[in-house]
Amino acid sequence: MPAAAAASPLRSLAYAVPVVIILLMLPYVVTPYQTILMSYGLIMAIAALGFNLLLGYTGLLSFGHSAYFGLGAYVVAFMVKYLHITSMELFLIGGLIATLLVTAVFGIICVRYTRIFFAILTMALSQVVWSLAFKFFWVTGGTDGLRIPTPTILNGLLTVPKNKIAFLSNTYYYYVLIVFIIFVALMWVIVHSPFGQALQAIRDNETRAAFLGVRVRRARWIAFMISGGFTGVAGILWAPLNGLTTPDILYWPFSGEIVFLTVLGGFGTFAGPIVGAVAFNYLKTYAVGLTVYWQLLLGSVLIVLVLALPTGIMGTLGRLTMTIKGEEGK
Amino acid sequence: MMPLDKIFQALPADHTLLMTRQLCKAFGETRAVDGVDFVVREGEVLALVGSNGAGKTSLVNLISGLLQPDSGTIIFQGRDITRLGVYERIKAGIARSFQLVNLFDQLTAFENVRLSILSRQGKTRQLLRLVDRDHGVRQESLEVLDRFGLEDKSHLLAGALAQGERKLLDVAVSYALNPTFLLLDEPTSGVSTREKSTIMDTISEVVKSGGITAVIIEHDMDVVFTYAARIVMMHQGRILADGTPDEIRRNTEVANTLLGGSFT
Repeated sequence: MPAAAAASPLRSLAYAVPVVIILLMLPYVVTPYQTILMSYGLIMAIAALGFNLLLGYTGLLSFGHSAYFGLGAYVVAFMVKYLHITSMELFLIGGLIATLLVTAVFGIICVRYTRIFFAILTMALSQVVWSLAFKFFWVTGGTDGLRIPTPTILNGLLTVPKNKIAFLSNTYYYYVLIVFIIFVALMWVIVHSPFGQALQAIRDNETRAAFLGVRVRRARWIAFMISGGFTGVAGILWAPLNGLTTPDILYWPFSGEIVFLTVLGGFGTFAGPIVGAVAFNYLKTYAVGLTVYWQLLLGSVLIVLVLALPTGIMGTLGRLTMTIKGEEGK
Repeated sequence: MMPLDKIFQALPADHTLLMTRQLCKAFGETRAVDGVDFVVREGEVLALVGSNGAGKTSLVNLISGLLQPDSGTIIFQGRDITRLGVYERIKAGIARSFQLVNLFDQLTAFENVRLSILSRQGKTRQLLRLVDRDHGVRQESLEVLDRFGLEDKSHLLAGALAQGERKLLDVAVSYALNPTFLLLDEPTSGVSTREKSTIMDTISEVVKSGGITAVIIEHDMDVVFTYAARIVMMHQGRILADGTPDEIRRNTEVANTLLGGSFT
């Protein structure tokens, strides 16, 4: 459980540092294809981390996070197409502002409800965004989508390789990694802040939280915006990596993927969504390569997961270590 | 509704903390609270008694803001709070505990109490500060746990505590809000007789030393006669009797109801 986990920054760093070192060395040891694959994984991890602030910490299942991911990506595409902007930093700022504005409005509507009503509302609103992207094809390119060229990094301060693969597997990989680290740290602080405690209290017992003077709806609304903001940042980073944005990423099965990978990693732990996102990314990539029935394969994984490992990869690992430690203690 | 100036005229000259006037709440055909005039004076410990369905919990729910009354007025510290939300009532100094223990089961006992203090200090809005670094709040949380004899349990999940400890923690969490007025809904239900006196001794000590006015809903008449200075008895949504333990003992009407009820 997130609450019971040690909040000591040092202990968390002990896990984080080796992982960061491996990620930093990755472009030197694996093929560019593998590095790019990891970029996708890290981006989805940011999205899942945001999603899990609602599911794991606030107890709200959003089935509409595709909207915020897609919004981030489409804002980048619009900035390229209509404003001729290529700066990655401006993408991040513009995309984040747009996502926060939309989540603020959607949030006001959604946080009035909980449970299935919340899930359905978030899904319905995401479908509205999807249909806009789908129908207003003269603006959004419809199903053809919009192209996103190689962006400039730090206003041209960093020389960008001409070769797209070299750019994506090196410069852009490190860019994504740095943003990833910043947002993981940010989320870690948020869930261990007084506000994060209030969210967990709301998750456990809404009535009592209200009777402690916690403004439940307001807290949920802020959590909703942070959650959407994180997922929006993921969409912003994803756009130049993918080079093309299509309405697929706004469609509800993509929301389902975010739910899936979070459950896969374990929504009861802080690191679960990160692990789940990276694992799911490999799983999906190789399943697609392996068989045309890849969805069948993913479906089977999901069933096994729910039946056998309801706490996900990290939850199960955590339990195993506890058991092993317990055995040693005897 | 009664005009406000009339209400103030009706205010007794002594230190009234809370007053309800003709308070009504019905659930369908059932009049849970039926025209109740209820007065609580500053600093007193009052027991609210009556059989199941007498309207005690409904009255507490109306005062604490969990329910909205159909009609009537609630005056707290001379201010009409009838239509205020839960948040405003807590800010005004009204806190409550719950009959069925109402805690954050996946948080530790320490975290349960700490949340109260954070909330009271307006810190639950802090996003970019580690909660563990707030040593002031930490210290105060431990002190509250200590007062309730729960210092050894601080690291345990609330869901893993024994029933008696959960009951105490429930009160401790409300107490940590520093209320002027504390409503306790059956703080000793579901625990053994021996534990009851431990819980009530603790509550009594904490309430008195903090100068807190308390209304305690209680079924056990031994507990009521031992700890309450005043007893208000409800029956079918109305107040049937109101007086000191001795007066209540002498009141035959009450005695009959008690004998007919579940208190024998």
